[in-house]
Amino acid sequence: MIYREAGQFKNTYASDQAIFPIVQDRVIVIGLLAAAFGVPLVATEYWLQAVLIPFLVYSLAALGLNLLTGYAGQVSLGTGGFMAVGAYSAFKLATAFPALPILVVFPLAGLAAALVGLLFGIPSLRIKGFYLAVATLASQFFLVWLFNKVAWFTNYASSGTITAPPRTVLGIMVTGPEATAGVRYVVMLALVMVFALIAKNLVRGRVGRCWMAIRDRDIAAEIIGIRPLRTKLLAFSVSSFYCGVAGAALVFLYYGSAETLAFDINLSFLVLFMVIIGGLGSILGSFLGAAFIVLVPIFLTNAPEALGLGMPVALQKHLELMVFGGLIVFFLIVEPHGLARLWQISKEKLRLWPFPH
Amino acid sequence: MLDLAYAVLVAPFRDMAGAPTFMVEVLIGGLAAGLMYSLVALGFVLIYKASGVFNFSQGVMVLFAALTLVGLMERGAPLIAALLLTMVVMVALAFAIERVVLRPLVNQEQIILFMATIGLNFFLEGFGELVWGSNVKKLDVGIPDTSFMAWGVQVNRLELTAALTAAVLVAILAVFFQRTRVGRALRAVADDHEAALSIGIPLKTIWVVVWSVSGLVALVAGIMWGAKSGVQFSLSLIALKALPVLILGGFTSVPGAIVGGVLIGVGEKLGEVYWGPLVGGAIENWFAYVLALVFLLFRPQGLFGERIIERV
Repeated sequence: MIYREAGQFKNTYASDQAIFPIVQDRVIVIGLLAAAFGVPLVATEYWLQAVLIPFLVYSLAALGLNLLTGYAGQVSLGTGGFMAVGAYSAFKLATAFPALPILVVFPLAGLAAALVGLLFGIPSLRIKGFYLAVATLASQFFLVWLFNKVAWFTNYASSGTITAPPRTVLGIMVTGPEATAGVRYVVMLALVMVFALIAKNLVRGRVGRCWMAIRDRDIAAEIIGIRPLRTKLLAFSVSSFYCGVAGAALVFLYYGSAETLAFDINLSFLVLFMVIIGGLGSILGSFLGAAFIVLVPIFLTNAPEALGLGMPVALQKHLELMVFGGLIVFFLIVEPHGLARLWQISKEKLRLWPFPH
Repeated sequence: MLDLAYAVLVAPFRDMAGAPTFMVEVLIGGLAAGLMYSLVALGFVLIYKASGVFNFSQGVMVLFAALTLVGLMERGAPLIAALLLTMVVMVALAFAIERVVLRPLVNQEQIILFMATIGLNFFLEGFGELVWGSNVKKLDVGIPDTSFMAWGVQVNRLELTAALTAAVLVAILAVFFQRTRVGRALRAVADDHEAALSIGIPLKTIWVVVWSVSGLVALVAGIMWGAKSGVQFSLSLIALKALPVLILGGFTSVPGAIVGGVLIGVGEKLGEVYWGPLVGGAIENWFAYVLALVFLLFRPQGLFGERIIERV
């Protein structure tokens, strides 16, 4: 009864093309955004640092991978490598040009990652499916090795770590050890908001339709005049751009400092999980998947304690792995199209509610 | 510039020619390491061939099999009994996987099944270490990790045994696939699921068989790797080493897994010894991938993979 579009007429092309054509959706989204920006006023340091900031960072990375895997249909296991490119180039840029505004550094780091992604996307023109997935692992291993080996990337730091230098925006400290979690959260939220909006518009437009055509049947797409070369490489570079920004944010806004270990193969898998559990080919799905993957381990760590079951750390770690793996299989069986599909189904139900038909 | 070209293109070959015995040793080392990779890659190929599932959890299955074997032996079971029991466990595991994971996911896209095996990967890793503990264990199957001299070249006994085992295993698998009733059914399923079903081949049984066989292959790989480097968590990471072997040899070819393994093993060792120092070493992690990648650019289906003919 409440969630229904009856009586909402579209009189202009603009209103027909709106991202959220239904008033209720707009209200919900605006309400959510307002709530999200208001969160630092009430949330504790722990919630911001352990839940909300990682959620936003991973959402951005998942968004990037979803553009590539979900929309363009190219499976990639190199996300960690591309995020590393973003992080290290952001570090180099920020330390080499201290006057460069930090909000310019992020997109520039993304551009660097996009270039690298373009390079590693070239094999996708020849190979497909799992062959491509394994081939993208090459980028993962090679890039991480490169950043580990070449001391220039870490400014010859003996520890091999990169540390976010303190930088300000409008006089407020946003990176470095003195930046509060609240400020970093707000910056991250703004970044994610802008990039999610861009991504949504990309996939609604010509570019996204080309990607989906290539995904659904590449030869047919080629015949109707979509150039596979340009389309696939564009998907790889846009996706890497997002991952690069996410990688830079991972170090600058979340960890504060990091080594190459933070970008190993596990990160790639984690992001792929988010995309699959959230829903392939869905912007909303990237967020839902990221929330799921961030929250489940926290829940699993805290649940036994809350229930009053004290257990050894090793046992708990193993149980955590088992439950995590089991949950993934369970989710794939129950809803292979991800949480986004669940949301869609419940929306359909909501339109009729409380009537049966 | 000229110096660099010399260092990359000339010096390594000069070194090779200068010390032929050493080079042969490197080659043999590479060959043996390659066959060890092949053992793992074989498990992947079997499952992919028969069910189109890219089983990422093969590496953890290797770990799980080795853990079970060592765990049983630690509790006092003799080697033979422990081996038999582990085989039973691996077959039981195959049944469980078919029932719980594969059957509900029939007809799903390949990527979904792939992700499910990654979930399985996590589960088995936690389960194995929960039951058997996560400390490093020594696996002693009576083959000493020592070397002997043959025609002036050092040969490692363990590596030699692994090579022979791999050869025997491939021979057995070849006979199994070509000569037995179940093997023929497996090939039929690999060719076309629906056609196989319609002539009365029970798909579920076939899947259990395939997962059991690859579980047993994992056990063999686990014994070899465990005897070489101890049974520990890092054993599951050799799956990542087997992947380039897989794309080099082709996902669907048993001989491809062997030849690919040897090529990767030899290429990796040669690269590490002769070209590695140029870039600061430790290139083992990615060299195999780059090798496989360059190769794929010229032959996208791998060495022996089926050429995918696309129709619109």
